[in-house]
Amino acid sequence: MKSGRSLGRILAVAGKEWLQIRRDARSLALSLVAPALLIMLFGYALTVDVKNVSMAVYDMDRSTLSRRLVEEFSHTEYLTVRGHVSGYDEIDGLMDREHIAMALVIPAGFERRYKSGKSVEVQLVTDGSDATTATVAIGYASAIVTNFNLDLKIRELARSGIRGPRMPVDVRSRIWYNPELESKNFIIPGLIVLILAIISALIASLTISREWERGTMETLITTPVRGHELVLGKLIPYLFIGLFDVAATITLGYFVFDVPLKGSFVELVLVALLFLAGTSSLGVLLSAATRVQVLSVQAAMVVTYLPSFILSGFIFPIKSMPIVVQAITYLVPAKYLIVLIKGIALKGVSVGLLWMQIVFLAIFALLVLAGSVRKLSMRLPEARS
Amino acid sequence: MIRARGISKRFGDTTAVDDLSFGVERGEIFGIVGPDGAGKSTLLRMIAGILPPDSGSIEVDGVDVASDPFAIKENLAYMPQRFGLYEDLTVEENIHFFGRVFGVSRAEIRKREKGLYEFSRLAPFRERLAGKLSGGMKQKLGLACCLVHRPGLILLDEPTNGVDPVSRREFWKILYGLLSEGVTIVVSTAYLDEAERCNRVALMYEGRFVLTGTPGEIKASMGGSLVEIRPSDVWKAEAALAESGEFGTVIREGTALRFFVPDARRADARIRAVLSRKGIRAGTAMVKTPSLENCFMEIISGGGGR
Repeated sequence: MKSGRSLGRILAVAGKEWLQIRRDARSLALSLVAPALLIMLFGYALTVDVKNVSMAVYDMDRSTLSRRLVEEFSHTEYLTVRGHVSGYDEIDGLMDREHIAMALVIPAGFERRYKSGKSVEVQLVTDGSDATTATVAIGYASAIVTNFNLDLKIRELARSGIRGPRMPVDVRSRIWYNPELESKNFIIPGLIVLILAIISALIASLTISREWERGTMETLITTPVRGHELVLGKLIPYLFIGLFDVAATITLGYFVFDVPLKGSFVELVLVALLFLAGTSSLGVLLSAATRVQVLSVQAAMVVTYLPSFILSGFIFPIKSMPIVVQAITYLVPAKYLIVLIKGIALKGVSVGLLWMQIVFLAIFALLVLAGSVRKLSMRLPEARS
Repeated sequence: MIRARGISKRFGDTTAVDDLSFGVERGEIFGIVGPDGAGKSTLLRMIAGILPPDSGSIEVDGVDVASDPFAIKENLAYMPQRFGLYEDLTVEENIHFFGRVFGVSRAEIRKREKGLYEFSRLAPFRERLAGKLSGGMKQKLGLACCLVHRPGLILLDEPTNGVDPVSRREFWKILYGLLSEGVTIVVSTAYLDEAERCNRVALMYEGRFVLTGTPGEIKASMGGSLVEIRPSDVWKAEAALAESGEFGTVIREGTALRFFVPDARRADARIRAVLSRKGIRAGTAMVKTPSLENCFMEIISGGGGR
């Protein structure tokens, strides 16, 4: 009887909240369309793969050997030879206009010196203002030149009668879970988590403060609604919205960005829902604490965006952070969901193996939920206007 | 129904409610009258259990409100000055929400709804958003939302503030209807004509009840009588009477001046003397039945009668 009444009140609040959300086109758009839109926008923009680095060639030798070297450079998808130049000032100009990021300079007498048995040098000019691209491009170029050397050496040896020289150590790397080492496969899951965290906390952060601002809270607190019933009732519609967002972003990740989904879709959605219970409660907590919409929205932004971005292992590996910061990352729920999504989607792991993450997510959700109920006093504030 | 013992509430340096003790009987309409800032809203909030008093205790139906606020909530309706209607919900949705929050079943709400629409005349607007209603209609919707769960005690904080006279009259008619069903009503108002309609009235000023009783008792308790004169120059006369300091607070009503005197017969001569000195004709002095407003003004200005 008593719990039946309580459930009735929770459902009454949930129904009312749902009607309000439906009437507010702006927040409905924010909560349903924004996540998909953000995934599309940032999914394409955010990539740390360096591919198709544009480069120019300044070949002063114009010999068979120099042409073979240039050919090696154009046979890889990582580099794109844009064309030949005939002077350093041209390289300079192309770099200034950001047409190229690197140039290969082959000195005159390249072939002649090689044939006379002397060591020859080629020059790589890179644009250091984009350090990431420059470093990666130099790596590619060095690999190409090493292969080229090896090839020349083998031919030399073959010519002098030695066959099939033995390489002392041969590295054969095998990359599991993300064989092409594509950055999108870890960026998209991280992005989904980040967007879910921000949006869910943001829309939930408006709920209690809106009641205070519109004066409806004063009426609500004279009704038999208990604090926990109000919080739960308000969470229900937002969890449904969250569920939609989870499904939408995962589907987009799968179909648009080809992120593999090896594990169970249902498990993925369920763990995401647990995560959303925590972040939405966080929004409610902030809303109950600030009682002002402008403040609660900003607070929700700050406490979700930066930690989920920096401290979740999304971009920066947690293992390389100082111990103190590593300890703080345990408070960031995004960290657990990222591990879970990567595990389920990329590795096809069942949630049973990742139970620790789920326990942490549940603890976070419960703590924040309890905190928001505590913070939501069903009395008027003592300080009055 | 309500027993308050020595309740006080302070906000910083100001004392909103100062050591109040009073009782409200079941089935009566109790009016709390006073100017803005007298502490009326604070008092109602404390009765509603949403603001704990600094000291003293309030019992509603024998239950201590501050220690067990939820015990009384299902039998209570509180309508704050700015009633928290959901302006983005329709009239109907508001009524349903408040009904369900108070644990009324959907079927029961449907049944009661008819009666609520009848008295509030909101039936044609059921589909309208509450935010698009006029001020008077909003207040009536607020009251309707308060009544879905059939409370035994209704607390109304200045329910007719900013409402047109016709709607005000209607509103009071509704309240009388409720009273006949045995409901207890506590209403605060700044309008003294409304206070006359209550069974009992408390005049509240600076956190205290300066007088409590039926409107008749309050008027009777005023020592002396209310005199009305219609002088030749009402402005000058008002100034002259105030200047003399012999009379209580002088209230101007149109071309008439009213004030309390200890003895009407003897005062007549004094009034004429004071006014003729300034060259004003006093006209005939008449003894009037005081309104609550006259009494109230007399009391808070610290004049005679107490």
